[in-house]
Amino acid sequence: MIVLDGVCKAFGPRVILDGLTLDVPDGRNTVIIGRSGSGKSVTLRCIVGLLQPDAGAVRVDDVVVGELDRDGLTALRSRIGYVFQFAALFDSMTVAENIALGLTRRGIDAPEIAERVRESLALVDLAGTEAKYPAELSGGMRKRVGIARAVALRPRYILYDEPTTGLDPMTTATMDELMIRTRDLGVTGVVVSHDMKSAFAVGDRIAMLHQGRIHRMGSADEMRASDDPVVRAFIEGRPDHAVAAR
Amino acid sequence: MGRWTLGATRALGDVSIWRPLVIGHMRRLGVDSIPIAIFIAIFTGIVLALLASYIFTGAMPLYMVGALVGKTVMMELGPVLTGMALAGRVGANIAAEIGTMRVTEQVDALETLGYDPRSYLVVPRVVAATLMFPVITAFAVAVGVLAGWVTSVNLLDLSSVEFLKGLRLFYHFKDLWFGLVKSASFGAAIALMGSLRGLAARGGAEGVGEATTRAVVLGCEAILVLDAFWAVVLL
Repeated sequence: MIVLDGVCKAFGPRVILDGLTLDVPDGRNTVIIGRSGSGKSVTLRCIVGLLQPDAGAVRVDDVVVGELDRDGLTALRSRIGYVFQFAALFDSMTVAENIALGLTRRGIDAPEIAERVRESLALVDLAGTEAKYPAELSGGMRKRVGIARAVALRPRYILYDEPTTGLDPMTTATMDELMIRTRDLGVTGVVVSHDMKSAFAVGDRIAMLHQGRIHRMGSADEMRASDDPVVRAFIEGRPDHAVAAR
Repeated sequence: MGRWTLGATRALGDVSIWRPLVIGHMRRLGVDSIPIAIFIAIFTGIVLALLASYIFTGAMPLYMVGALVGKTVMMELGPVLTGMALAGRVGANIAAEIGTMRVTEQVDALETLGYDPRSYLVVPRVVAATLMFPVITAFAVAVGVLAGWVTSVNLLDLSSVEFLKGLRLFYHFKDLWFGLVKSASFGAAIALMGSLRGLAARGGAEGVGEATTRAVVLGCEAILVLDAFWAVVLL
């Protein structure tokens, strides 16, 4: 289980997270929604130890991430897959090499790596692209390779950073389906998004991040029915001044 | 500084991560840099021979041209000019590559896959440059002396026998290894500056450009400082 307990993070004078508290239950997709710059990606980075909170604690499986040394972080990251907003594929490597890199680090032997590469690419409907380079793929395909790279590690958790941003509706639907399929395999997902259609489709729980904290949280239906002005404005995509006027 | 040193020491200990990558970097950073090093060495040798002849004519025996070309190319101009050229080529290449990886989150992706970026990105490049710079410099020294020799025979009133007499006259084995030791340290410094500036890149294209420029400037400065350091320590 992932627990964020009063997490604070600021960059200079700009406070991003201000006492964020959130529990991520196992085996479900938790979607964090919020405006651009509200700290969604920072939250994911704190979970995986790429950023350290200024205050508060992030616990993954009862281990405080901020207290881990280098080897502890490596062990933690072996349980967490991370899908980056722009895929972050290594452009000097083929698709197969991108997926194999994390497996090599875990000391898995070559035949097992080849099998996992094949399996994970089949899962994201990209079989046959092993020898291609990221530059030869479309944006949607790159994101799917990013998911394959995460899934190949057979992680307990996958963190998705804006997985559908910039994709056409059909590719977005494919991505949503992949996130649901991955959850059905027993993987706990934390999805950061401001794409409400996607959030409602994949989220078992949706948490709204606002002013550095979780403002509202509930199921997709509860969030849809919410009469909270901040939630409504976000879901309906109303401009700032309309919110201020209410 | 203490934390950085500890991190670097741990990264050096990740031999299984960086060792398989060294050969590829030796080719990219080293072998591919030989043409530019040879180009510089040819013109350095020509100019040195002509300059020595100009200085020595009427004052000293002309076979001293061989001595000056040999000593200067081996001990100073070979390593330093090659180092300066490679600070541009290798330092910029490393900073731009790692900087681009940084701003496109590839470095973060490496970390999430369990790799320490210092072990995977910095150490293999530093090791490769440290091993390959002396090789490139050795090529440059050989070509520079050869160019000086050919120039002396064809453009100056000097025979091959006289040039070689001068070349051998003051030669010590130290002349050669002094230059090669220096070039190894230049390689390490250039690769380290390029890697660290690349990892520190922020923003987008502008950040990568800034990191690249800083890497080249710092690499050149490091060469001059190390050049003086080795002169004080070894001469």
